Amino acid sequence: MPVRHEPWTAARMVERVGRRVVGAIEEIGHCGVLLGESVFWLVAGRRLRQPVRLAATFTQMMEIGVQALPIVAMMAATIGVMLAIQGIHTLKIFGAESQVVIGISLSVTREFAPLITGILVAGRSGSALAARLGTMQINQEVDALKVMGINPVRFLVVPALVAMVIMLPCLTIFADLIGLLAAGFYVRFDLGISMAAYVDQTIDFLSVDDVMHGLSKSAIFSILIAVIGVVNGVGVQGGAEGVGRVTTRAVVLSISAIVITDMLFAFVVTRA
Amino acid sequence: MSNAAFPAVAIAAPPPRVVIEVRDLVTHYGPREILHGISMDVLQGEIMVIMGGSGSGKSTLLRHLMALERQTSGTMRILGEDIDDLSLIEMTNLRRKLGVAFQGGALFSSMTVGENIMLPLMEHTDLDRQTMEIMARMKLEVVNLSGFENLMPSELSGGMIKRAAMARAIVTDPRILFCDEPSAGLDPVVASSLDDLILLMRDAMRMTVVVVTHELESVFKIADRVTVLDKGNILFIGTVAELRAHPSERIQNLLHRRPEDDTIDPDEYLRRLTGEDSLESTRP
Repeated sequence: MPVRHEPWTAARMVERVGRRVVGAIEEIGHCGVLLGESVFWLVAGRRLRQPVRLAATFTQMMEIGVQALPIVAMMAATIGVMLAIQGIHTLKIFGAESQVVIGISLSVTREFAPLITGILVAGRSGSALAARLGTMQINQEVDALKVMGINPVRFLVVPALVAMVIMLPCLTIFADLIGLLAAGFYVRFDLGISMAAYVDQTIDFLSVDDVMHGLSKSAIFSILIAVIGVVNGVGVQGGAEGVGRVTTRAVVLSISAIVITDMLFAFVVTRA
Repeated sequence: MSNAAFPAVAIAAPPPRVVIEVRDLVTHYGPREILHGISMDVLQGEIMVIMGGSGSGKSTLLRHLMALERQTSGTMRILGEDIDDLSLIEMTNLRRKLGVAFQGGALFSSMTVGENIMLPLMEHTDLDRQTMEIMARMKLEVVNLSGFENLMPSELSGGMIKRAAMARAIVTDPRILFCDEPSAGLDPVVASSLDDLILLMRDAMRMTVVVVTHELESVFKIADRVTVLDKGNILFIGTVAELRAHPSERIQNLLHRRPEDDTIDPDEYLRRLTGEDSLESTRP
């Protein structure tokens, strides 16, 4: 039997960590290059007689945006009601439950609507994008595009990226409205405030900045979801099992990236 | 007019033009060297068959010939263009002159057969839809798939998918057609009809065809010249007749489907099993 050499095991562990770090940096670089190439084709595609396909972009917009409306509505309403329940419960301690509208309006528009919408779209469309590209990569469809002189980034990535950047903020506005409305119904039921008074208070408290804060975040989330989905899908290895693996990885990385970016964004913006 | 004014001059046929020139091609996948300095030419209008056992590097070589991979060292010229010197746009333009029928067809599953075939035309020409549909139907007729344009790829058999892929590959009348394992997994009759199709591409459409296959019947039927790869090296380049007559034992083993003699030293086998080699290699 071979003799075990412990120092070499430690050295291998360091080597493995090093490889992981290099791999992660490489992947971030790949994301940057992909984003740059997407912007290039978006701007210069028409001039080079290789425009981004509008039909594909609209198809993606339907899939990412319109078909996600029911689930986004359900989750936004649930979050709105949950915030109202928790807010009233907490503020009751100070006898200030009537102030719950401020908490709800700011929490929904600045934080929860963009976050929950981003997570839903990452799970729904980011995974679909990674799976679709992974399958195409394995079936040599991406190679077929390249050999036909069709740039895969222009053909496959840019429509998904554009659709994501347009539809995620739209879904966030929709989630804002549904979340606030659902919370309003609960507040009316629990505190007896009329809907008209609730709407008036919400409009009074909310500023355009609050809404834009949420929308800016959702625009960043959309880019993260698309790029992470594409990079994982294209990097697939090992057949159908590999597609499953990259799909899971894309969802986990997207959600992690969304939550971390959310925190960093809130930190930077509140100190600016 | 006197014939003496025009003396009979023997005009030599011009040498065949090289459409793909590979020199000292070395390529790696990670730390592993796959091709060890390959040099070969593909001549205009010929059918060049690349063959070899599994893991010989033939698919990797094909990917290089299609300009899908960048080599570690060496040069690759396709249609006179050094692919290392090409910009993204120039590379895209070069690739429009190439057609590829992939092993699994690589048809886009979200499009019908007709849309798959029309895709290169939609992307690279200003033709109206009706003209593109006519061209797609013409190409489908060439590959004996008339009437299948409205079906989805999932509704086709393996042989039909390969034919449809061939139709897509030739829809822009490429200068070079690449076929990756065209008859793999097909019954002999369908495989033979695909071979006939490849011959048609050369004879009727004047295409240069590069075929990767390990089906010997296909090789003998279609090849003008054969390149035999073995463990990332070129073992042989020449005509089918030269291949059959070649004295190399490895080539004769390949032609007669005899397994290689892979007996190894028992000590080396033991070392491999116990992993001593890999432990040694990690020590400074």
